[in-house]
Amino acid sequence: MSTPEGWLSEVIRGRVWKFGDDISTDLLAPGAYAVAPLEERKRHVLESVNPRFPEEVRPGDIVVAGRNFGCGSSRETAPEGLKALGVGCVVAESFSRLFFRNAIAIGLPVLPCPGVVEAFEEGDLAEVEISSAIVRNLRTGQAIQGRSLPREMLEVLAAGGILPLLKAHSQELSQG
Amino acid sequence: MGMTLAEKILARAAGQREVSAGDFVTARVDFCMVHDIFAASLFDLLESAGIDRIWDPGRVAVVIDHFSPPPSAAVAGLHRRIRDGVRKFGIPHFYDVGSGICHQLMVERGHVRPGMLIVATDSHTTTYGALAAAGTGIGTSEMAYVLATGTLWFNVPSTVRCEVSGSLPDGVSWKDAVLSLLGRLGSDFAQYQSLEFAGPALPSLEMAGRLTIANMAVEMGAKFCFFPADEVTRKFLRGAVWDGPMSPDPDAHYGGVVSLELNRLEPLVALPHRVDDVRPVRDVEGVPIDQAFIGSCTNGRLEDLEVAARCLSGRRVHPGTRLLVAPASRAIYEEAMRRGILQVLTEAGAVILPPGCGPCFGGHLGLLGEGERCIGTHNRNFQGRMGSPQAEVYLASPATVASSALYGRITDPRRVGAYVHS
Repeated sequence: MSTPEGWLSEVIRGRVWKFGDDISTDLLAPGAYAVAPLEERKRHVLESVNPRFPEEVRPGDIVVAGRNFGCGSSRETAPEGLKALGVGCVVAESFSRLFFRNAIAIGLPVLPCPGVVEAFEEGDLAEVEISSAIVRNLRTGQAIQGRSLPREMLEVLAAGGILPLLKAHSQELSQG
Repeated sequence: MGMTLAEKILARAAGQREVSAGDFVTARVDFCMVHDIFAASLFDLLESAGIDRIWDPGRVAVVIDHFSPPPSAAVAGLHRRIRDGVRKFGIPHFYDVGSGICHQLMVERGHVRPGMLIVATDSHTTTYGALAAAGTGIGTSEMAYVLATGTLWFNVPSTVRCEVSGSLPDGVSWKDAVLSLLGRLGSDFAQYQSLEFAGPALPSLEMAGRLTIANMAVEMGAKFCFFPADEVTRKFLRGAVWDGPMSPDPDAHYGGVVSLELNRLEPLVALPHRVDDVRPVRDVEGVPIDQAFIGSCTNGRLEDLEVAARCLSGRRVHPGTRLLVAPASRAIYEEAMRRGILQVLTEAGAVILPPGCGPCFGGHLGLLGEGERCIGTHNRNFQGRMGSPQAEVYLASPATVASSALYGRITDPRRVGAYVHS
């Protein structure tokens, strides 16, 4: 397994897309497309809040959001859609527990960071470093300290999610 | 130091004498459940990880409930893959189309007992706390990990105790009680925390009400929700034995305490598009509705259908409104049929749906068009959840929903009478 100091100490840099409080999994992964292929599902991520988002988001862009991001269902398709669109990181005032776990489990960087909504405007350029939990606004020069992820989560994230860990596990089993 | 129920159950599952809030533990899972939205991709994940055997097939339930019966050829194909996976891994507890909603089945078929640690690929897994079990939702990748190893890591949550006192006034239900908590405390009040109920009103809180409240605890962000095991639990489980923790230690440490005074409650409704934008029904009476829905893992039980039947007996649903009723399981469907409840509802103009989740999660069987308005007994009214993002959903008790169906407008059930608690 790679260490948390691996790619997580690299800087994620991208344009900011801003969203409000209580962004639900129904907005992130609408039920109507629950079992559609990922290529189709990703075109509907957050479309009812900002139709431009799924069309114009670019790899590395950063989602900045308010409280309780990802509230609602257990749909892993919610972080999966963001990851498929190339979102580099989600930084929010706070996260819903299920979304938070699921994001880590599929290797999408997430960072709880009180004060982030105030510090950014839509379209700002942001830099996020997961290992130190520091978020910078390159327009204003402001740096804010997010809440560091626990080591257990950093390890899963650094491995790229649960699947690579599972593959290692099954290899151990077959060798043991 | 004393432990809360969350701490006791996680300590036992982690093989430790004591754990406390904030600790990370790797715990053995007692049972897990997967439903049809995720089961096929779960089996794919296992295959791609090279895992061809699961840790204990007897501790796994697979349920087809979200798309039941399949609304399209694609979903029918998905269900086939699920059946193949169930066969391949030798999973004995498989509930196919028409059996019912996963959480109702888990409780009804005896998979949930006090003190167990249960994970499922659904957020409403907190429901099992009605039986003093630690139930919580996880995603597909984590479920693959559980199926491979039988374990998962947990952050031990701090616990908020909720003291319930008094008794429900006429026309007010346990759904109103949980809506009142949501309105007062907010949708992220219990984020990452466990909610534990206590207080002198618990003996009067029947199992159907506990299931409704624990179900919606996740709408406050709760990781677990507990009703300590008592006479109500024992009666419900009809003498089934268990050996897990059933109640918190008397000297447990709580992160906070809130109170719920039942005497003060009145019929409530959550306004679109927020579960915590809760108002008295009387404040929004008269709002016209296109659809009324009674069902879901929150309020699709016999008690709920019975209340609806009492409100609608000998009457007709308003011609401008469609009333959809989905019993939460086949057992409930059959019992409602035996008791004449389905006949009353059908004669009143209701459409009886097969047991399942369809409309609640926005999958099929009663979605809303642009500009339409629905009042339902389910658990979420987020924008776009039940069809068009331009539709509006109000959440309320079965009595309020049935009364509203009658008049075609949001209606305080105390106008209609004939209700009982649910």
